[in-house]
Amino acid sequence: MSERKPGRLAVDIGGTFTDVALDLEGRLVTAKTLTTPAQPIEGVLNGIRSVVESAGISPSQIGTIIHGTTLASNALIERKGARTGFITTKGFRDILEIAYERRYDQYDLMIDKPEMLVGRDHCWTVAERMDATGAVISPLDEASLQPVIKEIRVQGIESVAVCLLHSYLNPAHERRVRDLLQAACPEVSVTLSSDVCPEIREYDRACTAIGNAYIKPLMSAYLTGLSGAIEDEGLEASLFIMTSGGGMTTLETAIQAPIRLVESGPSGGAILACQVAEQCGVEKVVAFDMGGTTAKLCLIENYKPHRSRQFEIARAARFIKGSGLPVRIPVIEMIEIGAGGGSIARIDALGRIAVGPDSASSDPGPVCYGKGGTLPTVTDSDLVLGYLDPDNFAEGRFRLDRSGAVNAVAEQIGAPLGFEATVAAYGISQLVDESMANAARVHAAEWGQEVAGGTLIATGGNGPLHASRIANKTGIDRVIIPRSPGVGSAIGFLSAPVSYEIIRSLYCRPSAFDVDAVSQLIADMEAEARGIVRAGARDGELDERRVAFMRYDGQGHELEVAVPTGPVTAETGEVLRRNFEDMYLEMFGRLVPGVDIEIINWAFVAATKSTPPAAASLPTETRDAPPSGEAKVYSRRDEAMITIATFTRADLAVGDRVQGPALIAEAQTTTLVDHGFEAVIDTAENIVITRIG
Amino acid sequence: MTETQNSAAAEIELQVMWNRLQSVVDEQAQALMHTAFSPIVRESGDISAGVFDVQGRMLAQAVTGTPGHINTMAESVKYFTEYFPPETMAEGDTYLTNDPWLGSGHLNDFVLVQPSFLDGKLVGMVSCTSHLVDLGGLGMGPDGSDVYDEGLLIPPIKLVDAGAMNETLLALIKSNSRAPFQNEGDVYALIACCDVASARLAAMMKELEITSLDRVGAYIFDTSRRITEAAIAEVPDGTYTYTMRVDGYDFEIDMVATMTVEGSKLKVDFGGSSPCSRYGINVPLNYATAYSVFGLRCIFAPEVPNNAGSLGCFEITAPEEGCILNAPRPAPVAQRHILGQIMPDLMYGCLHQAIPDRIPAEGSSCMYDLPLRGGFEMNKGQGATKYAVEVTHNGGTGARPGKDGLSVAAFPSGVYGAQVEITESVAPLLFRRRELRADSGGAGKYRGGLGQNIELESRENQPITLFATVDRVKFPALGRDGGLSGAPGVLRLMHAEQMLNGKGKQEIPAGEVFDFRTPGGGGLGDPKERPAELVAEDVRLGLVSREAAQRDYGVALTPGGEVDAQATQSLRG
Repeated sequence: MSERKPGRLAVDIGGTFTDVALDLEGRLVTAKTLTTPAQPIEGVLNGIRSVVESAGISPSQIGTIIHGTTLASNALIERKGARTGFITTKGFRDILEIAYERRYDQYDLMIDKPEMLVGRDHCWTVAERMDATGAVISPLDEASLQPVIKEIRVQGIESVAVCLLHSYLNPAHERRVRDLLQAACPEVSVTLSSDVCPEIREYDRACTAIGNAYIKPLMSAYLTGLSGAIEDEGLEASLFIMTSGGGMTTLETAIQAPIRLVESGPSGGAILACQVAEQCGVEKVVAFDMGGTTAKLCLIENYKPHRSRQFEIARAARFIKGSGLPVRIPVIEMIEIGAGGGSIARIDALGRIAVGPDSASSDPGPVCYGKGGTLPTVTDSDLVLGYLDPDNFAEGRFRLDRSGAVNAVAEQIGAPLGFEATVAAYGISQLVDESMANAARVHAAEWGQEVAGGTLIATGGNGPLHASRIANKTGIDRVIIPRSPGVGSAIGFLSAPVSYEIIRSLYCRPSAFDVDAVSQLIADMEAEARGIVRAGARDGELDERRVAFMRYDGQGHELEVAVPTGPVTAETGEVLRRNFEDMYLEMFGRLVPGVDIEIINWAFVAATKSTPPAAASLPTETRDAPPSGEAKVYSRRDEAMITIATFTRADLAVGDRVQGPALIAEAQTTTLVDHGFEAVIDTAENIVITRIG
Repeated sequence: MTETQNSAAAEIELQVMWNRLQSVVDEQAQALMHTAFSPIVRESGDISAGVFDVQGRMLAQAVTGTPGHINTMAESVKYFTEYFPPETMAEGDTYLTNDPWLGSGHLNDFVLVQPSFLDGKLVGMVSCTSHLVDLGGLGMGPDGSDVYDEGLLIPPIKLVDAGAMNETLLALIKSNSRAPFQNEGDVYALIACCDVASARLAAMMKELEITSLDRVGAYIFDTSRRITEAAIAEVPDGTYTYTMRVDGYDFEIDMVATMTVEGSKLKVDFGGSSPCSRYGINVPLNYATAYSVFGLRCIFAPEVPNNAGSLGCFEITAPEEGCILNAPRPAPVAQRHILGQIMPDLMYGCLHQAIPDRIPAEGSSCMYDLPLRGGFEMNKGQGATKYAVEVTHNGGTGARPGKDGLSVAAFPSGVYGAQVEITESVAPLLFRRRELRADSGGAGKYRGGLGQNIELESRENQPITLFATVDRVKFPALGRDGGLSGAPGVLRLMHAEQMLNGKGKQEIPAGEVFDFRTPGGGGLGDPKERPAELVAEDVRLGLVSREAAQRDYGVALTPGGEVDAQATQSLRG
């Protein structure tokens, strides 16, 4: 890639903290600094300075910087993007408003549709039409664009998305519109749907183009600024940007398609979990990341995260599927639920304890932070139950107010139900853990799987504290807490490949296989994906994957079937049919004879090969670790507070063993080893918690 | 812990169990969606999944796409327990019916019930419902003269007998269908879905160390009933009657409901409604009840999940004879959803008399399905592609208290609208237009949602056969409290300027453009009370014309689109 510089540095800008991780040929140095929302670049530089200093190296020793950011997501959530316009085919001005014609909440008569990023007054049409084969029915009437250009100027539009019908098959009209727009208003940024999402379904493609157009000017300015600031800092490192698909890409590609960056932060946690899964040799994994506001879950199989091609932005109701605008980009499939340390507990209309999705976040935060919060939260209940040490929270930066938490839990949850504070706190904990466990089970069922018998890999400030309780509720037998779980995303970035994924629509059947069309399509995707990856990684072997999305006619669910390597021939259709049937048989146990098979989409992924992590194992010789203290925690079995041992993670060595119930504290989090579990430190210093008996 | 333990912590575990039962049915529903074949299942989640106690009382039901299975499933499990008394149920049994009067209103909906066992003891039942592609007969159209024309009817029967598949039944299901293998796949998907639910139920009971669902059942039923009854009790006692005139098929139909509220009891009777049609738009009472109760549940404590407690608060009855909303055997019922989907509007017509501040105006309500065929024998053209598609579109919803209606949104059906690019790829059709229909939303202080303008033609210059199944063409969605009606639906040949009927098989000749406009929702409140600035904004956005602003809202605009205050004042008086 470049001359040998040992340092690889990852920076993850989150809502509250900017996490930095530096890998010096195996040595890991991390830092957590506050995000500086007005000038995010400042936070990045602070973080870099901080790790460079604690590592004792010169900035010039850093050869690679990998950057992930929530800026793109935040601009969408906070509606802080560009003044955006939308151009589509004449007769279809309302693609956005009409959408899928559905209501996302069946029983709520008062719902609102998601707020469009572009109002109807900024939706315009041009006369032109392609048919469903990509043939031109009406040529582009260039004169019809003139009034649109006039409006773009009058309205001060900064960025334009163009989505013409069937442009995924033939982008000629979209490209001509772009050229005319750029000639007439060179300062306006243009996004073509055929570039960012060449897939069938006009609403999804339009939303993807609009999402991209909306954040493009902002992200372009930010990324260009960041690149300059890093140079000014004396670093001569190659800068890579994390994408939501879990790979990294070059600055130039990120600037062209910033929509691919929207979920890049959480993808880091999933990549780390994949690494740990491979390190520990566990094939069936639930990655669980619980922070202050939300919990995120991702299924990992054979060291690969589940992927999806659909993500929702700008939801009207944050945790309700279908309430946002769909964007079709490669993403690591994750579900997010409103269950974090700051999630607020209340009594619902049915007289039951309900937790979240409202959150006290970090400001004012839980009652026990003493920063003005008055509503009881999950962290308050964890404190009441005895799991948190009031004197050693957040590296001792501030003392937790236990009596404040007890009072809030007792008054607002306990009193209405007739419970004392500890029982009420037990209730909060039970119900928030139940909702995370339920989310994991139902999510797995969506993929035709189950989580029982698998492994949970927990990260985030609250993940290690709740992991074994969730394991109990899901039949999961093992929990792994990696090193530095509090900065998991940034560490994950360090092992991300340079990669790019392209998806295109070409309807085809194995029974009537169009060799030329498929061959051409794959060659085009291959050239584009390789070109983008090679811009970031000139040498080295590439992992390449060609996929056909196949299903029985009319079936809802498509399987990702591997397309054989080598040239596409007349036999390829037959091979695809066999591959599909093998996979179908394995997943569903039986085939459906007599029904034809269809291919909807095709994908091509190119990625640099990453070296697998060194295997970790549980030492054969283990010993009981000496406790560093004790804590009083609530026990359901005894219905009373009991005394358990506490440990300091930094003191634990490979082969140390901790019997549950016990707590293991470290700088950014605490791990609960529940009753019925035993923890051992493995050879890679992971805490491996296993169900016993 | 044991069930007799009455500690505070054990109380909390009841709440956990309720949540877990909800998760069991959600997981069950996902398992079904994952493998089902029928397009309506994948596009709209037209399925249902539920867990029941040993007496057949529903404990929890998955929140899925369409309301047609609410209540029907809860009732249907009771019928099953009559055919298969609990003491005869064996581990590994699964029962099936598609009887419209015992199941979900038409033959395409299969209902399965499976007894669930824990350590050899019957502890509950699980059930699921899904829409199958084809059951033979005349298919889904309304043209059957009785239910026997509509396809294969299966009474409650053992589909799986102690683990052994009933191959005879499966062979019959396959040989009576145009889509035998999809049906087979769907039947197996339904069985797998029941298996998942039974397994999860047993796992939950083991983890929580309980041997019966009685205690959690009592907790769920009591809590749900109490909250729902309290919501009903807020309605002033009285008897409220409402009549809706709708298009019908062979004759215009009156849908009549008399709602009686007495304390926390709410009863509805459909006496006075029109008699049955000779076409398959008749509605079995279970299905009329499903959509009625859905409409009521949106108003009364919608936060309470569906179960025997919350659903049991509503009593729906109808005359035994001569009532289209209680169609007797063997009336044709294939298109029972047309009137079924109007039931919430009928309920709201009654409730508006009692609690006007909480009730929306009427909406377009019935789906605007577009079943189109081409290339079959009746189409004489050369080289015509053979196709049959059923795409769904919708109109606007009624204006809501404090809010405008939603434009082009499925209520109550929840069925997704199709994407033009998808429709054009599966059939040789060309859409010329699909846009909001200006002025279709009923004027009011709160405006009704807009319908849409769809214009389409054959890409191959061939005739198209249309099987129309829509309502609200003659009778629009009415406004309330001074709000005006939404625009009615329109089916029309554009060049010939000829109107088509809302129901029945008709031909769109070669070279014609089919003009299909979905209805708008009714308005709420006097249009003259709508702030003039909002009317000007609607005009600026093209949702309301200048003419309608002046005529319906009494708002005059300057040539630049600003409110002409003086002229508006004189118009509004």
